[in-house]
Amino acid sequence: MFESLTDTFEGIFSRLRSKGVLTEDDVDEVLREIRVALLEADVNLTVVKSLRDRIKQRAVGEEVHKALNPAQQVVKIVNEELTTSLGGETIEIRYASRPPTVVMMAGLQGSGKTTSSAKLARWFKSQGRNPLLVGADLQRPAAVEQLRTLGGQIDVPVYSDPSDPVTVAARAIDEARSSGKDVVIVDTAGRLAIDEALMEEVRQISVAAQPDYTFLVVDAMTGQDAVTVAEAFHEKLELDGVILTKLDGDARGGAALSVKEVVGRPIAFAATGEKLEDFDLFHPDRMASRILGMGDMLTLIEKAEQTFEQDEAEEAAARLLDGQFTLDDFLDQMQQLKKMGPLTNLMGMLPGLPKEIRDVEIGDREVNRIEAIVRSMTPDERAKPETIDASRRTRIATGSGTNPNDVAGLVTQFTEMRKMMKRFGGAGTKKSRASKRKNKGKKRKGGGRVTPKGGGRTTPKGGGRVTPKGTKPGKAPLMLPGLDRMDEADFEKLAQEFEGLDT
Amino acid sequence: MEPLLIAVIAVVALVVLLGGLWLVRGRGSRQLQAPSDPRVTESSGSTAVLDDAPLDERLDEVDVDEPAGEPVEESLLDLEVGPKPSFFERLGKARSAFSGYLGGLVGLSKVGEDEWEELEEALIRADIGVKTSMSLISDVRAEAKENKAEDGAAVLELLKARMHKELAGKDRSLRIDDGATNVWLFVGVNGVGKTTTIGKLGKRLVVDGHKPLMAAGDTFRAAAAEQLTMWAERSGSEIVRGSEGGDPSSVIFDGVAAAAARDRNVVLADTAGRLQNKTNLMEELSKVRRVAAKEPGNVTEVLLVLDATTGQNGLSQAKVFTEAVDVTGVVLTKLDGSAKGGVVFAIESEFGLPVKLVGLGEGVDDLVDFEPAEFVDALFE
Repeated sequence: MFESLTDTFEGIFSRLRSKGVLTEDDVDEVLREIRVALLEADVNLTVVKSLRDRIKQRAVGEEVHKALNPAQQVVKIVNEELTTSLGGETIEIRYASRPPTVVMMAGLQGSGKTTSSAKLARWFKSQGRNPLLVGADLQRPAAVEQLRTLGGQIDVPVYSDPSDPVTVAARAIDEARSSGKDVVIVDTAGRLAIDEALMEEVRQISVAAQPDYTFLVVDAMTGQDAVTVAEAFHEKLELDGVILTKLDGDARGGAALSVKEVVGRPIAFAATGEKLEDFDLFHPDRMASRILGMGDMLTLIEKAEQTFEQDEAEEAAARLLDGQFTLDDFLDQMQQLKKMGPLTNLMGMLPGLPKEIRDVEIGDREVNRIEAIVRSMTPDERAKPETIDASRRTRIATGSGTNPNDVAGLVTQFTEMRKMMKRFGGAGTKKSRASKRKNKGKKRKGGGRVTPKGGGRTTPKGGGRVTPKGTKPGKAPLMLPGLDRMDEADFEKLAQEFEGLDT
Repeated sequence: MEPLLIAVIAVVALVVLLGGLWLVRGRGSRQLQAPSDPRVTESSGSTAVLDDAPLDERLDEVDVDEPAGEPVEESLLDLEVGPKPSFFERLGKARSAFSGYLGGLVGLSKVGEDEWEELEEALIRADIGVKTSMSLISDVRAEAKENKAEDGAAVLELLKARMHKELAGKDRSLRIDDGATNVWLFVGVNGVGKTTTIGKLGKRLVVDGHKPLMAAGDTFRAAAAEQLTMWAERSGSEIVRGSEGGDPSSVIFDGVAAAAARDRNVVLADTAGRLQNKTNLMEELSKVRRVAAKEPGNVTEVLLVLDATTGQNGLSQAKVFTEAVDVTGVVLTKLDGSAKGGVVFAIESEFGLPVKLVGLGEGVDDLVDFEPAEFVDALFE
């Protein structure tokens, strides 16, 4: 019962995939399971209902019956509806023409406002901005201390004084102007949506700070109440977006859907770890893909693009498919990979990894051990690991400070992987792979700029600040089964699905 | 090592394959953005191993703030006992949302299919969970049929009785052994209110004539120890803290040792918030518990602090934390908001974990015993 929404959907759809044609009963069954899955994922009941209706309308229509592969069609519909519900677009921050651009954080106690404020400041810094953090949480003991410590870690100054939150906010803006800061991030105290006095206070802070962006910070673990909270804050503050925190947990994150549906504003940022760099723009299409078991591919791709040397990576991939991949290549690629962040995080983005593997936490220590083992091998052994016999194993184990079993395990797993990859290389036809590449050229980041928010609180905010995305992510289900469980048949299927990616 | 190896190799292989073959080539036209972000220096948790130095020597290194020696400012020390908040009062909001619908049900002479469904939905909206709600309703339906109960009031009575039954007969007391150095360990995910709960509990224990000592085992979050120190000052508790980024086990062990040396009978041990799927952090927590149980420590409570706004993930929290540190009870915080905390029903019925304390506000007196009867009644009043 603790499997993620992804796993639940994978279960339903793998059953459907074996069916040729979907009857209306099938669709009803799917819808029932989707309802339960979404409710277990903490999507608000009202949102589930409207989502289910939309899916049903499309699924029982001609769309499905005429389709060649009805199950895939349903997956596609669900994916699209989830993406639409989650926003279907990403936010683009527009800086105020007269600095500073003011950002205000609001939310319940413990949702992660202070940490998110610091993460956001770090993000702005990485965008070449010069932020000022403002500690307007004078309620929680040591909240300002916490902000100062975090500010120190990212080298961003923190303004606060013991007067009162409204005064602090107003003074901070002056402070930012006089010290030439172009972004101000105001951290406020956590408050309950039903606490009228504190909700009025936060409104006054907002009046004093005149924020260009007001973000509601929402814990990804929030249940049905997310809707009530979002409504209350939106009514008081006219939210511009949502920051979703603790996404690195195993919560299914239905709150994201609920809040988006109620507030009608994009989920702007997502926090995916305890470190201050674990924070980025939120990509609704990716979240939907993740829910559907397609992994968080686009994030992975983007990271890979930033990290890998194109030529090297291509060569490595080619060698991998030809079965020529050596432990040296493995070592090289692992070095590159480490630049992309913790391996555990990357693993969460990969599609179709079995749960036992996905849940393994890979620490630096383990990675270092593996590296030590490979480095203790001679170049020959790295190229031909099958030549490693018992005496070599002992030598390698001694050299790397491990034991011979570890060495044997690594060699076995590596050769297995190499064999599989080689078979996989043979399975897909080169021709179709090449044609697929062509389609991949144009991608994302198209679309219009939008006008910055004008003036005071009274101006109704236009819906427009968001950039429509160029393309949708892969629509067909991409499910790579776990490497350790694959047999020939799986490979055939995998190869087909891989080919189907762009259709 | 085995699953780890598979994982590492799988990740490397797949990323290389995807990155190299399919993506980089296809999207070569797009300018790559060099990651310009300066890496944040991570306060590397020093894994100090407990050494075998004699206790007194170790205690000398421990930074113990003892309010007895240096009288705390009057304004800080707040031991006046405020009025005990009532469940009924605080749950006013939750009640109105829940019974706003149920109120209409009471007047009905016959509960039909639609009403049953709406009843189930009301439970779902209270975060009781879709499966628990479905089984509650189907039980009550069967009972109603058997007892020929058809009207709304009778059905409601049955549902209430059924929910009472689920929560009844559990020991919800907090265990303090006489003459021992009791350790109460507070665990939970980030932001649920562990530190605040300890702060409030400190005062409660002092008022009840106990001698609590707080151990600031959250060495990860910035300023967590400062936060706990402020609470300690307010309640007149002692506090033991270590350095930020230090080993939580040794801070808590130092706390236990200090408590034993200074005749304090309850150690309130704070821990850093951690998401239950972080294996390393859960292992660290198991170690904290093992170390806390070393002589003279006697772990009598391990309390999982749970935020009332938490949805179904609460079940996963209860399960994984129990596996790691053998949780003895739940503290349900922030129940004074609009969230109903219904997930505790599922937690109690599935894992038999009793809710022991409830947080009903930000004031120091707003931590009260959980009263299951009142809790259920308040939902229906």
